[in-house]
Amino acid sequence: MTTLELGDGRIGEPSPVSGTHPLRLIDQFELGLDAPICLTWELTYACNLACVHCLSSSGRRDPRELTTAECKAVIDELQAMQVFYVNIGGGEPTVRADFWEIVDYATAHQVGVKFSTNGSRITPEVAQRLAASDYVDVQISLDGATADVNDQVRGHGSYATAITAMENLFAAGFSGFKISVVVTRQNISQLDAFEALARRYEAQLRLTRLRPSGRGADVWNELHPTASQQRELYDWLVVHGERVLTGDSFFHLAAYGDALPGLNLCGAGRVVCLIDPVGDVFACPFAIHDEFLAGNVRSPGGFAEVWRTSELFARLRSPSGGGACASCGAYDSCRGGCMAAKFFTGLPLDGPDPECVQGYGEQALTRVAAGTAPKPSLDHSVVRQRSSRPGQGAPLRSSGSPSRQCNENPLAATPLAIPTRRKAVN
Amino acid sequence: MACAASTEVRPFDLDACWRLNPQVAVRPERFGAMLYHFGTRRLSFCKNTTIAAVITSLDAHESARGACVAAGIADEELGPYERALQVLAESGTIVLAQASA
Repeated sequence: MTTLELGDGRIGEPSPVSGTHPLRLIDQFELGLDAPICLTWELTYACNLACVHCLSSSGRRDPRELTTAECKAVIDELQAMQVFYVNIGGGEPTVRADFWEIVDYATAHQVGVKFSTNGSRITPEVAQRLAASDYVDVQISLDGATADVNDQVRGHGSYATAITAMENLFAAGFSGFKISVVVTRQNISQLDAFEALARRYEAQLRLTRLRPSGRGADVWNELHPTASQQRELYDWLVVHGERVLTGDSFFHLAAYGDALPGLNLCGAGRVVCLIDPVGDVFACPFAIHDEFLAGNVRSPGGFAEVWRTSELFARLRSPSGGGACASCGAYDSCRGGCMAAKFFTGLPLDGPDPECVQGYGEQALTRVAAGTAPKPSLDHSVVRQRSSRPGQGAPLRSSGSPSRQCNENPLAATPLAIPTRRKAVN
Repeated sequence: MACAASTEVRPFDLDACWRLNPQVAVRPERFGAMLYHFGTRRLSFCKNTTIAAVITSLDAHESARGACVAAGIADEELGPYERALQVLAESGTIVLAQASA
């Protein structure tokens, strides 16, 4: 049986009954569904860490964050649309005072929850509570199998925090939680070590692709796997792919030959999307930019209206010819790669992925003039370290926790700067 | 364990009384349906509306065969549906009535 994973859910494709419908499932998905299968929901931009590659440039809370009541209204909509589960993230979602209230409301309304956390709030008590629920899954972020590799990216002490959380979950009997790793040049040699960690805590390993999104754009050149490492990763996934989750994020590697387990499809605006802390709906979690903004859940008609009538989403759901990639023999496998990776490295969306395994992306990158790649539309970083732009040889080191006060209470201690309001596109 | 029987791998028993697992939600789609198991967090797809109709009508029938007949599946067409039901049984998406009680 084919097992697939999309946006973190395990997907089985058990019904061999086919032939009565003219389109393959993947073609159906490319045309979009009436409701997302699942979606990512960043509940807050507040975070007690300052990871160098944060895809949402998180740090400070946005004062326009959805209220508890607004979050519940979104969940009511998701229930009505039969969105089976949400991947809650941030920022660090657990810093919201109403985090558990929102999680409980979702699960009481047939919307399953998986949330991503750095582990700082996963105390033994919380771990026990989580272990008691069938409807809540937890994903601990970890970007190194050792403290030195992890803390360089996620900040001093973050490895120990994550390990403590895992120990608490394991002790509470929560088996099968996820250890979520962004694959980088620095940790790619640790894949087996990550798997060993997952085994030790009866967890499941999840590997995802580094995108040049958010602060990730600043460090992408230093962190993204080299061409030979990509091959190494592909070979590893071919052997271990059935045991690890990938958020379906490595479909660009399918151009090496065999498709990896997963959907091998960009689901942005078609079967997945992102709701950000202020209710803005983006095509995907890696595309926080006006260009990929479909609307806001606060507008009349709410989330459902955005999903169904957004012009942007309609465009993403219309068949595309493959552009510059159309004549490449691998296009059917990789489908041109990741939209967000192209966009934030300054490449055209209808050309090769910057990490195209045929090398076309690398060639294309040489034609991008320095400084012309689009910047994220918003930035909630506490301290933005722009110094590590390509060629400037800046240190690749997280500034760690933004401040001591933030460790205690990131909501109260952080100055609330108001980013420029973006225009919603409906 | 009461439910152990439902996850054993064995030839699918079309004449047994099968039920949709109460932990599974079904979402109709133009291509068939999506099924999500909240316990295993596994998503499955029915690739046509006939198999979707069989699965959602199991509760109204004394046997899986009965649900298939009601969905208009002829005897000679049963093969692929039987295999689909087998896979759904292995993943715990559908369970034997006595096991789910």
